Amino acid sequence: MTMPLLTIEHLTMRFGGLVAVNDLSFDVHRGEITALIGPNGAGKTTVFNCITGFYKPTEGRLSLKHPDNQTYLLERLPDHHINWKAKVARTFQNIRLFQGMTVLENLLVAQHNPLMLASGYSILGLLGSKSYARSEKAALDKAVGWLERINLIERADDPAGDLPYGDQRRLEIARAMCTDPVLLCLDEPAAGLNPRESLELNALLTSIRADGQTSLLLIEHDMSVVMAISDHVVVLDYGVKISDGAPEEVRNDPRVIAAYLGVDDDEVAAVEAEVGL
Amino acid sequence: MKQATHSPSSDAFNLVQALKDAGFAGMVTFGLCVPIVAFRAEQDMANKLVLQQRWWMALVITGLVIVSRLLFSLHQHSRRNDHAHQKSAAFAGILEQIKPFLAPLGFGFITIYPLVMLAMHGPGGSIKWIDNFGIQILIYVMLGWGLNIVVGLAGLLDLGYVAFYAVGAYSYALIATKVIPETFPFLGVWAFWICLPISGLLAALWGILLGFPVLRLRGDYLAIVTLAFGEIIRLVLINWVDFSNGYAGLSSIPRPSFFGIPFNASDTGFAAVFNLEFSPIYRTIFLYYVILVLSLMTAYVTLKLRRLPVGRAWEALREDEIACRSLGINTTITKLTAFAIGAMFGGFAGCFFAARQGFISPESFVFHESAQILAIVVLGGMGSLFGVVVASIALVGGIEILRELDFLKEVFGPTFDPSQYRMLVFGVAMVLMMLWKPRGLISTRDPSMIYKERKAISGSMVQEGHG
Repeated sequence: MTMPLLTIEHLTMRFGGLVAVNDLSFDVHRGEITALIGPNGAGKTTVFNCITGFYKPTEGRLSLKHPDNQTYLLERLPDHHINWKAKVARTFQNIRLFQGMTVLENLLVAQHNPLMLASGYSILGLLGSKSYARSEKAALDKAVGWLERINLIERADDPAGDLPYGDQRRLEIARAMCTDPVLLCLDEPAAGLNPRESLELNALLTSIRADGQTSLLLIEHDMSVVMAISDHVVVLDYGVKISDGAPEEVRNDPRVIAAYLGVDDDEVAAVEAEVGL
Repeated sequence: MKQATHSPSSDAFNLVQALKDAGFAGMVTFGLCVPIVAFRAEQDMANKLVLQQRWWMALVITGLVIVSRLLFSLHQHSRRNDHAHQKSAAFAGILEQIKPFLAPLGFGFITIYPLVMLAMHGPGGSIKWIDNFGIQILIYVMLGWGLNIVVGLAGLLDLGYVAFYAVGAYSYALIATKVIPETFPFLGVWAFWICLPISGLLAALWGILLGFPVLRLRGDYLAIVTLAFGEIIRLVLINWVDFSNGYAGLSSIPRPSFFGIPFNASDTGFAAVFNLEFSPIYRTIFLYYVILVLSLMTAYVTLKLRRLPVGRAWEALREDEIACRSLGINTTITKLTAFAIGAMFGGFAGCFFAARQGFISPESFVFHESAQILAIVVLGGMGSLFGVVVASIALVGGIEILRELDFLKEVFGPTFDPSQYRMLVFGVAMVLMMLWKPRGLISTRDPSMIYKERKAISGSMVQEGHG
């Protein structure tokens, strides 16, 4: 077992009377791909929004431990610090690219904070300093590197909104990776992809894991993706964790099967007894 | 009809139908004109109401409508035709060819414009052309470019931009008439040059003050609060009489000097120093070049900032604020810098305005000004600097031109004043724009960074921002 990168303890999120996530605890381990799965409305995206600062959790603690042992309590950070200081990046279920900006510009916006420092909060940049020009070149090289990696270099100067759906998904992942995250949260990255694109996505995600800098947490409905690439699966249902473990364990867990498929009427009592309801 | 649209080349122009449409439009117009135009009750010398009949005017308007309707039919017909498409493609090709020469030519023209006018109309006659057209248009170009940062780049709809214009103007007026004479009288001739940066900074400060309460607002709500902010500044200026002298305004504001040499008839004045005959035209020409330099500075800073991270963050904010937050961009700071920098250029323009007029009152800073500046930005195409110039020339210059159309008096009689119809023309122009060019004159976006090839981005792709 590797070191936990992100430890979620007793996370609860209530919206008025609705309890979207209830007393959820799990770990995301360094260098692994962790999948968060569950039926529709189970609270997966709410967990993501808590981790990435879009929601402030009602209760609970989200502690992120960097390789240099610096610890960040995500629930206490202002939202832009979660990416900039704690190095947690995310993508969205409905793709959120800057559609009217070019593919290249999308990746440069992602490097906003380091470039802002390099441009002396725009003052050095306005004066045309050499050091800013160097940083800008470095940012451009990094963006080009990612575009080559996701096979979009030919379309660098096209508006992001013009790309086909699958390319937009990959570009969004590349944009998140341009912020040098230690944890990348992917909200349904395979949604709407055809089987070939889905395989390409698997290859991209495993190559990011192989780089060793970034651990991944993903929400996914496509079980072929989840079972093929994830090291660790957490199953949510109605905001409660019902299973947590390696993919094979989770696949055979009767609670998970019951949550996904339901059970026959005459088996309800038996399953309930088994899962302890 | 349906078949005709499927095979455009075989679509013959249906003259009978077009005439029928035009005749119908004419009938409707004439029907409307009978009560509105043809009869007019006017007071005579004895204060009695006299019914005047103006059938000729009703007939002229009806005729205009019939001709316009015919032209419209013809236009729609040609749009359906392949031939017309080729023609417009050829036109676009020509436009593409002359494009590289457009900027230097335009720049050369605006640089020598006052001298050309001076040569054409002499020192007396050219003041009108340099001041009313040149300076007036350039002030609006600068205001448009300033507001363009807030509305066009950052996508924050600001209906109260005139407030910063007012802050700049009053900063200069108050400091130059009250503070400097009492504290450093010897700085009097330099007042404009000292106050210019101060006005900009004060306006930027007010931009940040406005920015804070509206950070959480979007779209319509943002627009309403900024509108209210513009009104608040104006009402404070009206009612705080001790501070701003209320409705009466501030007068005898010092005029700018030629870097320390005043433009007056004295022995140390500009004309005497340069061995010229005294004439007010020198100051006007100088003011023209001052506002030209100020505008070009605005454009330069905007173009530079667009290529810096802060400019890219503004545009990203316009495209998708939530994605910006997920990438660690501090949206609060980003919005505030957009407000502050936009307001700063408004402040510079206000300072210049006060120095040019020599008198300011709250009347100069009404909502109509905000609306006009916003119209220039929207008409020009959000985010486009060149579009703002074209829109300023069309809106500001066009309205000034209306005053010059004296020949219309011979058509409509001596009491006809074309400039009274400026709001009507303004409105019609806006409606036509929204029909034909809903994204503004220049509707493409220029990328801020190129990998291999510069490709303009279609306006339909670019978001307008949600505030």
